[in-house]
Amino acid sequence: MEPFKTLDAVAAPIDRANIDTDAIIPKQFLKTIKRTGLGVSLFYDWRYLADGKTPNPEFVLNRERYRNTRILVARQNFGSGSSREHAPWALLDFGIRSILAPSFADIFYNNCFKNGILPVRLSEEQIDRLFREIPEQSGYRIAVDLPSQTVTLPDQTRWTFDIDPFRKKCLLEGLDDIALTLSHKDRIAEYEGRRKAEAPWLFTHTGA
Amino acid sequence: MGRTLFEKVWDDHVVTETEGATLLYIDRQLVHEVTSPQAFEGLRLGGRPVRRPDATLAVPDHNVPTTDRSRGIQDPVSALQIETLEENARSFHVPIFSMNDIRQGIVHVIAPEQGFTLPGMTMVCGDSHTSTHGAFGTLAFGIGTSEVEHVLATQTLLQRKPKTFLIRIAGEFPAGTTAKDLVLALIGRIGTDGGTGYVLEFSGPAIRKLSMEGRMTVCNMAIEAGARAGMIAPDEVTFEYLRNRPMSPKGEMWNRAVEAWKSLASDPDAQYDRTLDFDLTSLAPQVTWGTNPGMVLPVTGRVPDPSQAPDEVTRTNIKNALEYMGISPGTPLESLKIDRVFIGSCTNGRIEDLRQAASAIRGRKVASHVSAMVVPGSGLVRVQAEMEGLDRVFVEAGFEWREPGCSMCLGMNPDQLSPGERCASTSNRNFEGRQGKGGRTHLVSPAMAAAAAIAGRFVDIRSWS
Repeated sequence: MEPFKTLDAVAAPIDRANIDTDAIIPKQFLKTIKRTGLGVSLFYDWRYLADGKTPNPEFVLNRERYRNTRILVARQNFGSGSSREHAPWALLDFGIRSILAPSFADIFYNNCFKNGILPVRLSEEQIDRLFREIPEQSGYRIAVDLPSQTVTLPDQTRWTFDIDPFRKKCLLEGLDDIALTLSHKDRIAEYEGRRKAEAPWLFTHTGA
Repeated sequence: MGRTLFEKVWDDHVVTETEGATLLYIDRQLVHEVTSPQAFEGLRLGGRPVRRPDATLAVPDHNVPTTDRSRGIQDPVSALQIETLEENARSFHVPIFSMNDIRQGIVHVIAPEQGFTLPGMTMVCGDSHTSTHGAFGTLAFGIGTSEVEHVLATQTLLQRKPKTFLIRIAGEFPAGTTAKDLVLALIGRIGTDGGTGYVLEFSGPAIRKLSMEGRMTVCNMAIEAGARAGMIAPDEVTFEYLRNRPMSPKGEMWNRAVEAWKSLASDPDAQYDRTLDFDLTSLAPQVTWGTNPGMVLPVTGRVPDPSQAPDEVTRTNIKNALEYMGISPGTPLESLKIDRVFIGSCTNGRIEDLRQAASAIRGRKVASHVSAMVVPGSGLVRVQAEMEGLDRVFVEAGFEWREPGCSMCLGMNPDQLSPGERCASTSNRNFEGRQGKGGRTHLVSPAMAAAAAIAGRFVDIRSWS
């Protein structure tokens, strides 16, 4: 996983609440057996006209000024619905590294951290301000700084945000969770031994 | 101080506390073809085996065709994904119920059916509706593919402890209402993010009287309220359901297990982070009108008018939803004509759901402009329904009787809505494009879906004779 430290980039506003993972990446693209190549299908139903090929000029990410977007700004409950990690894969493949919203759905939020994407929770008022300012100023850039946990606007307004220290560390260092967990493999074996005595039915089913 | 059901299950599974998270042991993992290929690929790249193939069960469900399977899968991309699952199961020694196995079906239907799901377990799957298994007093939740790989490799997950949210259900189910109506109305009340960060526990006499099928419907949709999981304490109904299932413990082991499961219920003095009382007395059959499950009303209601919305964000939400759904503000739900009906899914594809749907038919025919299908949740549900003659009830009324799978709940296989088609669906999500690009989904109970198929529009099942 690519570490996330700081990002200073163009931000695009998608003014909708409850953007679900079906909207982020529709089902027909989940048939892939790879993680890459999903960026072209990100927000497919909104991004393309009925022919599925022609960019919809109304959709924000198709506008020239948002071409190099790496930060999304959205409303509450971003990423609700399906657990598909294809959603963060598609965002990442498109170039999105950070999402600013008042709240995120649980599984999506978690999946972001496994892919080097930083979801930032801001207040409703802060998000409202971004929705007002971004459309008014072409090339609106936001600086997201993970070590100092700050978001800085073009006029140097600086907001701090909360993040779980462990998630922060993993993201900063691009840590491989599995290797980290396997460093506890003796504890896992010890747990299994203990549990097998307490609840043996968890270890002996007749099998498929 | 007493502990909640959730806390008891959580405490039983703590392997160790690491610097910032709890390493939680996972008793069971379900694997399907859509969210697992990249996880197995990761194992290959890292040279890692599956730690406990015996705690893992694979089944193809999302992509499988629900029509004649003897010719295989026509879509080569779907076929490759299912072949990849077969190949991964073979090389990593994971048990699998293949497409033509009678036990094949939707992951969340087959695991309880086999006794693979047991009370007090931790259980995961790369699928948000894993919350279904909480009906057994299991801590069960959906995860992404990276975590699927993590569990395959380590049988654990790094987790932060969620908060607890008790939902006390008072009163009895009024005639014509079901577990589906309860959970839809509840999501309407607390919103699609009302449960975010929490594990929900459902309690109350009406929950105790629900069958396991009904309890699974309720927990299945806990995720639609944004919850990490939904749980119901196990009781005699649970034990009766599990007794003699193929993978349930047997003999002396069964007795030991039941004793342990009896101690899982929340202690009387347990504390919750949040509590909500929900009274069933005035519950009516529910129909969703918008593009998320929280946009729901009693069937007798009229869809909202955005101009009456309390704030700008709500106004935009309602406006966008009605526009997509092709409905004018203030339209009565009962006046909405439908084109399609889908009965099935991990929410309502079990035997009891099919019985309820069939009982609403009573010799009548599907309206001439409606195309309706019934997709059993598993091969064994299909067989049971056929033994009871339900297939004939459906077929004689003009429903299609299909092979088991996820089908039109999400339309990864050929079962999809066409743009603009309106569907009464017993599934769990009415998101834009969920059942097919431009498709318009209204979520309802099985009996409401069957009645809508016959009337050709939504009808109130309470006045349906």
